[in-house]
Amino acid sequence: MIYKDLIIIGGGPSGLCAAKTALEAGISVLIIERSPEVGGQLVKQTHKFFGSKEQYAKMRGYDIAHKLYQDILAFSNLEILTDTTVVGLYQDQVVTVLNKEKYLRYQAGSIIVATGASEKFLAFENNDLPGIYGAGATQTLMNVYGVLPGKEVVMVGSGNIGLIVSYQLMQAGVKVKAIVEASPSIGGYKVHASKMTRLGVPILTSTTVKKALGKEEIEAIELVSLDKNWQEIPDTSKIMTLDALCISVGLTPMHQLLSMVGTEMKFVPELGGFVPIINNHHQTSVQSIFVCGDAVGIEEASSAMMEGYLTGLYVSEYLNHSHPDHETLVQHYESQLSQLRDGPFGIKTKVGLTKLKEGSNHA
Amino acid sequence: MRIERHPILDFPKKQKIFFMFEGNEVYGFEGETIASALHALGIKTLSYSIKKKRPRGFYCAIGNCASCNMVVNGIANIRTCITPLEPNMIVERQKNKGVLK
Repeated sequence: MIYKDLIIIGGGPSGLCAAKTALEAGISVLIIERSPEVGGQLVKQTHKFFGSKEQYAKMRGYDIAHKLYQDILAFSNLEILTDTTVVGLYQDQVVTVLNKEKYLRYQAGSIIVATGASEKFLAFENNDLPGIYGAGATQTLMNVYGVLPGKEVVMVGSGNIGLIVSYQLMQAGVKVKAIVEASPSIGGYKVHASKMTRLGVPILTSTTVKKALGKEEIEAIELVSLDKNWQEIPDTSKIMTLDALCISVGLTPMHQLLSMVGTEMKFVPELGGFVPIINNHHQTSVQSIFVCGDAVGIEEASSAMMEGYLTGLYVSEYLNHSHPDHETLVQHYESQLSQLRDGPFGIKTKVGLTKLKEGSNHA
Repeated sequence: MRIERHPILDFPKKQKIFFMFEGNEVYGFEGETIASALHALGIKTLSYSIKKKRPRGFYCAIGNCASCNMVVNGIANIRTCITPLEPNMIVERQKNKGVLK
């Protein structure tokens, strides 16, 4: 068995930032990432970030990924395993992994679960046909591999991801026939929605997909209008042809490893689903296991990064190896995080975090 | 279908990688995954569902949903959306839970 002070599960924005502060504190770190490269979902994000300079505003997602990686590369006590999936997580800090066909066992002093989130799915007839993708999946296909998902696409969901990916589909040369939104109003920022409208893409509110049509692959969809009780309005059915359908109906935290190891969990809709109960140090009910980023509630990547820096500091303190500037840095990142959550979209997170901690002895 | 021109990104042509798909020699490019190479060739059906044998393509592209599982070099349940393409791989559509060899 191989020993590491800290094992970080997930090399996305949060995991990489946690690694940075922990490495600066002088502890040994192993990052385990199941994809071929680290950077998480930043690697496919071609848009520029909002926020302040501290939060990497005005940088494109993939440039931020590169920067976060450069920040830790020089540390000699860092090891990164890509193409590697964690298959077991135990309360005595044992982590078992599958690296290609090799099965390896590690012993850690502490573990950070930074597994991020996965895209939600939508229930409708024939929703399993090839050609139906998560919006983020088409973003990976286009922006990382340079492959087009199709020629004519419809986007389901008008949140920020749905709007931004629709724009990126057009940049890649794909025709976006419509953006479909079940609720009566558009979910994402107005600036993104207006851009799509200006480009001539209709955003159909109070509309949903009833079924997909096609034999071996998707060929068309049936759209219906919804009333204010989310019920189908009769005789509003419309057929739209396409060769790819993107689903962008929200994200849910990847809690599976945490559920496996038995940390106290709670279902909090505002945070996206099942999340571990954490204290103010991002520590779960299993003392040696910490968590940060989307795995503990869906937010923007900017927040995930700030949470990562903080959690790296807290873990170093837990391992009796505090960062020389512990107090100053904690204060700094705490204030960055609360700044990010002070915006109109931060209210949901704040409500969620309050709910998460309510009635728990641990928090 | 591959992107030819893009306002932000460059996709320089990379080394061709030849591999076998369902008994035919096809190719993708260095640095991409098996699923993206197949998709670029217009192959969207990667597997068939276990009971009703319905066609399945990839959904999440992050190795999470198992919809892109294929048999690669005789090994079943390979998540082709996160598995880098290598020369001479033998890639087949999976039609069952996967058989241990």
